[in-house]
Amino acid sequence: MSEIKKIKNLKEFSTSADRFEGANLLCPGCAHSIIVREVLNATNDDLILAASTGCLEVCTAVYPYTSWDASWIHIGFENGSSAVAGAEAMYKALKNKGRLKQPDRTPKFVAFGGDGATYDIGFQWISGCFERGHNMMYVCLDNEVYANTGGQRSSSTPIGSSTTTAPAGRVSYGEKMMKKDMMAIMAAHGAPYVAQVAPNKWKDMVAKIQKGFAAEGPVYINAMSACTTEWKFAPEDTIAISDLAVDSLVFPLYEIINGEKLNITYRPKNIIPVRDYLGAQGRFKHLFTKQYEYLIDEWQKNVDKKWDYLQRREEASV
Amino acid sequence: MEKKGWDGFEIGAMLRSFDGATRDIATTLPEDRPYSQSNSFTASVADWRIEKPLFNKDYCIDCQFCWVYCPDMSIISRDKKMVGIDFDHCKGCGICVEVCPTNPKSLLMFAEQQDEESAIAEWPKKDTSKAKEEAKDE
Ligand SMILES: Cc1ncc(C[n+]2csc(CCOP(=O)(O)OP(=O)(O)O)c2C)c(N)n1
Ligand code: SF4
Ligand code: SF4
Ligand code: SF4
Ligand SMILES: [Mg+2]
Repeated sequence: MSEIKKIKNLKEFSTSADRFEGANLLCPGCAHSIIVREVLNATNDDLILAASTGCLEVCTAVYPYTSWDASWIHIGFENGSSAVAGAEAMYKALKNKGRLKQPDRTPKFVAFGGDGATYDIGFQWISGCFERGHNMMYVCLDNEVYANTGGQRSSSTPIGSSTTTAPAGRVSYGEKMMKKDMMAIMAAHGAPYVAQVAPNKWKDMVAKIQKGFAAEGPVYINAMSACTTEWKFAPEDTIAISDLAVDSLVFPLYEIINGEKLNITYRPKNIIPVRDYLGAQGRFKHLFTKQYEYLIDEWQKNVDKKWDYLQRREEASV
Repeated sequence: MEKKGWDGFEIGAMLRSFDGATRDIATTLPEDRPYSQSNSFTASVADWRIEKPLFNKDYCIDCQFCWVYCPDMSIISRDKKMVGIDFDHCKGCGICVEVCPTNPKSLLMFAEQQDEESAIAEWPKKDTSKAKEEAKDE
């Protein structure tokens, strides 16, 4: 195994040379890009990357340009995971036969996919990769909506969010279903490392990415990606909204090791009401009316319940 | 580079990020990289902006919050110091200004046409009404 890059503090991290380039076509203020930077800059090793169809892929490979300074592949919506798994299997085979041209180099295999690609359309492929135990990292850019095609609901969309296929109006408060618990599902595969991260907590995130790179086997990272366009907030507020999400515990930061041991990695000093998080985004605007405000209390109860569950699991070391 | 439409696609075209040797790209800074014409680094999104961030180094504490949270690799930091903004790739989102912890801020948004000298001249002074914000290197 290669050496882990030393990142003691933010000053040291800022000496990284990005392998992801500007003049891509992601929206101003897009968190996908902040996440990609933190993942790629967590290592100096070679990278073999894939992206499923979605904002990240569409905006970074616009003919005749590429924004990637590493091996990068896109095939379809559903198979970013298996594209990288195939490369990883070939790498292993060549290694076993002693046919690697540069055996001293230890590339990292990473697939990126949106929540649509991860929670819904690519789910079976990801599950297959994890069951087969490829040595790879899968990063879900979780913006809770099919952003690239104009904001359709996915199984990651949280209850009460207004989307183009579950719009809020006179007869509906928008999305009816609860967000799918992808963390639990991936941990149930027995993966060595599963973690939820948020780019605004860069140190927590980079530490988890490095743990993931050091693990043997498939690693799942669920990265909260605040989407200025679909969550409906001003582009300069991406980090502020992300802070509200982690400090209200809507996006708790935790890890699950070997599918068994759960650790909470960030405990807000001041837990803020879920109401403050919802109120900062246009997608939840209709909840602040007489007709639908009961949902805000329900939201708070759900978040409290989940936090209680995570704490009990951590305490019991299971 | 000549712009091609969808029907100008060359079948089997090879687009490379770099021309020439790239063995240790992870430790090679942009100024030393052999970028090719098909690397988006050689393109510009400057015309996306209505406002741009300007930098006043007098107040900067080199915390690097702006560097880590800029989505567009447009904060130029060298040897742990913030040195400026890459205006070819900055989209004017304003995140760097929001996360800058100094008082007054070391980055502020200005109209695209404003020149740096006049911006620095009209830079706000320290706001003493606010409690001193402490910048931590968390
Ligand atoms: C099999 C297939 N179905 C549908 C599409 C159309 N499509 C392209 S991008 C996209 C949305 C992607 O959503 P998500 O995975 O959440 O990524 P995001 O854009 O939100 O980052 C859709 C539906 C496609 N390209 N392929
Ligand atoms: S729609 Fe959202 S996820 Fe897509 S590029 Fe814009 S901000 Fe990023
Ligand atoms: S305005 Fe946005 S893109 Fe420009 S330097 Fe600041 S954070 Fe980066
Ligand atoms: S965030 Fe402000 S103080 Fe910190 S490095 Fe950037 S400009 Fe300087
Ligand atoms: Mg999405």
